[in-house]
Amino acid sequence: MISPDLLADLKVPGPTETALSGPFWEAAERGQLLVQHCSACNRSILYPRRICPHCWSVDLSWQVASGRATLRTWSSIVRPGHPAWEPAAPYTVALAELDEGPTLLTQLRAEPQGLSAGLPLRVVFMRVGGRTLPFFEPAS
Amino acid sequence: MRRSLGAIVGIGELAPKRRTHGETTLGMIAEAARLAVADAGLEPAAIDGLLVGPQVGETPQHVPATVSEYLGLMPNMADVVDLGGASGAGMVWRAAAAISAGMCEAVLCVLANTREETAPRSPNRNPIREFDVPFGASGANAAYAMIKQAHMAEYGSRDEDFARIASAARANAQRNPQAIFHGKPASVEDVLASPMIASPLRLLEIVMPVAGGAAVVVVSPDRARSLPRRPVHLLGAGEKITHRALSQAPSLTSGPLKPAMARALAGAGVDKDDLDLLSLYDCYTIMVATTLEDLELCPPGRFGDWLADSDLGPEGDTPLNTHGGQLGFGQPDLAGGMTHVIEAVRQLRGNTPGRQIPDAQLALVTGNGATMSEATALVLGDEP
Ligand SMILES: [Zn+2]
Repeated sequence: MISPDLLADLKVPGPTETALSGPFWEAAERGQLLVQHCSACNRSILYPRRICPHCWSVDLSWQVASGRATLRTWSSIVRPGHPAWEPAAPYTVALAELDEGPTLLTQLRAEPQGLSAGLPLRVVFMRVGGRTLPFFEPAS
Repeated sequence: MRRSLGAIVGIGELAPKRRTHGETTLGMIAEAARLAVADAGLEPAAIDGLLVGPQVGETPQHVPATVSEYLGLMPNMADVVDLGGASGAGMVWRAAAAISAGMCEAVLCVLANTREETAPRSPNRNPIREFDVPFGASGANAAYAMIKQAHMAEYGSRDEDFARIASAARANAQRNPQAIFHGKPASVEDVLASPMIASPLRLLEIVMPVAGGAAVVVVSPDRARSLPRRPVHLLGAGEKITHRALSQAPSLTSGPLKPAMARALAGAGVDKDDLDLLSLYDCYTIMVATTLEDLELCPPGRFGDWLADSDLGPEGDTPLNTHGGQLGFGQPDLAGGMTHVIEAVRQLRGNTPGRQIPDAQLALVTGNGATMSEATALVLGDEP
């Protein structure tokens, strides 16, 4: 697994933040995972949007997520699609389904051996090339 | 009662190349277009409709006008079809629709790409760039690897099952001298021994990117009667777009091709068991696996059993991607999807030297874009 120092020193493309998504990334810097919540249909949303993709309501607000998720699927990336990630390979990307509902693409702090679909995960914030990103690790 | 929605009367295809040297997309488009229009027995001036793909980094806007000008065409209908690997199949349906709406009479559908040594990375700003790329998940390999992983976890499908798809594609490519892997067969063992790229995806389960081009000419069924080639008719079509990023996909093991294929078959009045050719989009082995299951040729998760009982060659019981598929032919970017249309047209014309399916009458063509996101299905027939 990549050391935190190596991760922090990678020269990789960071999030292309927008005015709408700013609070999500600012919260990540503080070690908080936010989801958008729609008061009209009571569903949580990620990535953040201007309208709820389920009911088109604009009645959206930020909520702090539990940080708990389950593993849907994963891949150990041996040959990264972006050359700046090569020093970190192999590393494991995954889809984590948050307890609140939305699925997030993320990176796992875990060896790929022994992973299984449905594995409980929890968020862990990592420094990556000058930014703080929500990674996940096995909850146990 | 079947009814032709439109007829494909000309095809043009460039031999795939690993690299180009100083070529332009416009130049490659012109070459593929010239072949297709000549094959149709039409004069260039007869082309009054034009469908093209996007040209990221080269001509970001006004692509139809740029291509028209380059080709000396002044079409009455022109547009960009931007459905990734589904663009080729998507063009054929749109061409037929434009003709029946009276917008134009003869549509050139053309896709081509270069592969220069120094291709620039495009400056994107979209949700994938913001929420996927920062985690090291750039490119399609990571997404299709996670789709394959989900299939293996849910159904217990095995690496050998997937390798069989790649090996069969290479076997068919041995009968297509144009294919990039002509002369290079690959056994199931070869596929399993190839390097891991993004687990559980291995190198030989992934298409080889190449330069190339492909074009077809679509006219009305009436107009087709006066042209020299035996027309191939569009009998039914279906399309579905469900998401862009894999994190937003409604399912990881079944895709939008399921409803698209069902609509295409129903519209054509064709049963899946009557198809003589499956011309299925195959960017990765997992894409063929989910398509076979979404077509309901076997129960979900059981494509491996189905493959074990099937002969996918031209003389087999279920010919699949007789040109080698993109896994065997190479993937000329968006034109890769069009190769599945072109092979179906060749087979239904009945003159595919060295690999003709006996008495081929009906073909299913699929296109797939992004991360199992954009799907188009066509049913093509040798008669209206
Ligand atoms: Zn809502």
